[in-house]
Amino acid sequence: MRELSTEILVVGAGPAGIAAAVSAERAGARALLVDMQAEPGGQIWRGQWNNATDRAARRWLTALRGSPVATRYGLRLVDFAAPGLAVFDGADGPLRVRCERLIVAAGARERLLPFPGWTLPGVFGAGGLQVLVKNGWPVAGQRIVVAGSGPLLLAAAATLRKAGAQVLCIAEQTGAADLARFAAGLAPHPGKWLQAAALRGRLAGVAYRCNAWVERAEGTERLESVRLRAGRSVERIACDALAVGFGLVPNTEIAQLLGCELRDGAVVVDVHQHSSVAGIYCAGEICGIGGVDQALAQGEVAGRAAAGSGERPRALRRDCARSARFAQTLRRHFALRDELRELATADTVLCRCENVRYADAAACRSQRDARLQTRLGMGHCQARICGAAGEFLFGWTAATPRPPLAPAPLTCFTEPTSDPEPPAQESA
Amino acid sequence: MSTDVRLRVDGVEVVVPAGCSVAAALRLAGHVSTRRALDGGGRGACCGMGVCFECRVRINGVERLGCLARVADGMEIVCDA
Ligand SMILES: Cc1cc2nc3c(=O)[nH]c(=O)nc-3n(C[C@H](O)[C@H](O)[C@H](O)COP(=O)(O)OP(=O)(O)OC[C@H]3O[C@@H](n4cnc5c(N)ncnc54)[C@H](O)[C@@H]3O)c2cc1C
Ligand code: FES
Repeated sequence: MRELSTEILVVGAGPAGIAAAVSAERAGARALLVDMQAEPGGQIWRGQWNNATDRAARRWLTALRGSPVATRYGLRLVDFAAPGLAVFDGADGPLRVRCERLIVAAGARERLLPFPGWTLPGVFGAGGLQVLVKNGWPVAGQRIVVAGSGPLLLAAAATLRKAGAQVLCIAEQTGAADLARFAAGLAPHPGKWLQAAALRGRLAGVAYRCNAWVERAEGTERLESVRLRAGRSVERIACDALAVGFGLVPNTEIAQLLGCELRDGAVVVDVHQHSSVAGIYCAGEICGIGGVDQALAQGEVAGRAAAGSGERPRALRRDCARSARFAQTLRRHFALRDELRELATADTVLCRCENVRYADAAACRSQRDARLQTRLGMGHCQARICGAAGEFLFGWTAATPRPPLAPAPLTCFTEPTSDPEPPAQESA
Repeated sequence: MSTDVRLRVDGVEVVVPAGCSVAAALRLAGHVSTRRALDGGGRGACCGMGVCFECRVRINGVERLGCLARVADGMEIVCDA
């Protein structure tokens, strides 16, 4: 098996991981940055590696190009063979990486909730369809309903429209009063405010409805229409795609596997982004949902700290504090409404991999119990989707993830055959 | 400078833009459902980011996620739908 060794391994090449790896190198350490996607950029900068349109993306992607950070893409971390020995799986076979210190920057996924018809082809996550489009998924001329909750709906709708889709409406489950309070809360964050205003400009003419959510997706082999509830009225809307997401959930499984402490579904870190386990740092959305500015600031802190440069410059401390306040505003104003717990019927599939029905899951006491009784969460995605749904629907606490973190070929777990080599660092 | 890539989907030759994901290529080739669930229902890409595993297909004989993989000349893709 291929094996590499490095001083600092950074898992996840989104904004947090890029900032961490580049900052670690600047502080004099050797870093290896690995991501399961084909290119760096994470979720927000998807598709920008060769054509950065966003200012922060241009700045950090250029910094990464010019830095000696070693990079490997298309490799997914699936296990640790021993502390400090990470196992990745990729199209060219497995790779083991030996490291002295680890920075986990695995980002977040969308919370998807079950409702009748949500498994039909043509129903996507909201950010999900957005990132598919950024990698060439065609939507030109299609009629699309965007629904769910949170500021990501606006960003997703803007991307879809730019790609030529007809966005029929944006349905936000939050009420008008909370939205107004969220908008008012943006005042101390001029960057966010400008971003929101720009998005609204790009979405001129698209109906934005609050207190509204999709109750049902209809179609035989694929999505044909949705039933949208807004207050007391229900409307059927014919459409080609539904992009629906209910906020983001930190991808904590790697940190959990290593024994890092969590609180409220996010990894607990100190001011240096150090987790509760020695030598393991975490940065970005896995420490709590807070957006790209928070991810960059935390990545910089983690990279410097892991490289042994403990002091945090004043500007960085200010960025961290400001983005933490924004994260709080976000959490407070997009709480999910109770009606969303009532959408699934007894027959609605809850676990998409093992086809476990809602009623069978609801009869269980916990996610662990459901795992044993119904195989819920035992399929390919290993409860990444139904686990987060179960937390909201039944108040379950997510079961501790077990290795491997994703289905992987047996070759990932056989003994290494080659001596570890340092990865070729990109030329400085 | 978007050049084209030739691949085969379920034995049929398809030409798609270079740089797109395998999931996008399948959709461009007209495939809406790319796998069958345990109850026989069709499923297609959903999360777009390697989390839901709904987009899995066989690429050159190995099961992989269509949303994470990039197209390459000569790729053989087989759907289970
Ligand atoms: C689908 C989606 C779309 C989004 N779109 C926007 C947007 O348009 N605008 C906006 O402001 N915010 C958007 N966000 C929010 C966005 O996540 C943050 O603003 C920002 O990208 C967070 O940076 P991060 O580095 O913490 O995480 P991410 O950008 O999520 O990066 C994490 C990286 O870790 C990788 N990874 C995870 N697990 C593994 C593993 N086991 N092995 C290897 N690699 C792994 C992932 O592939 C990913 O590239 C989106 C979020 C999602 C989920
Ligand atoms: S679309 Fe969800 S894993 Fe590919």
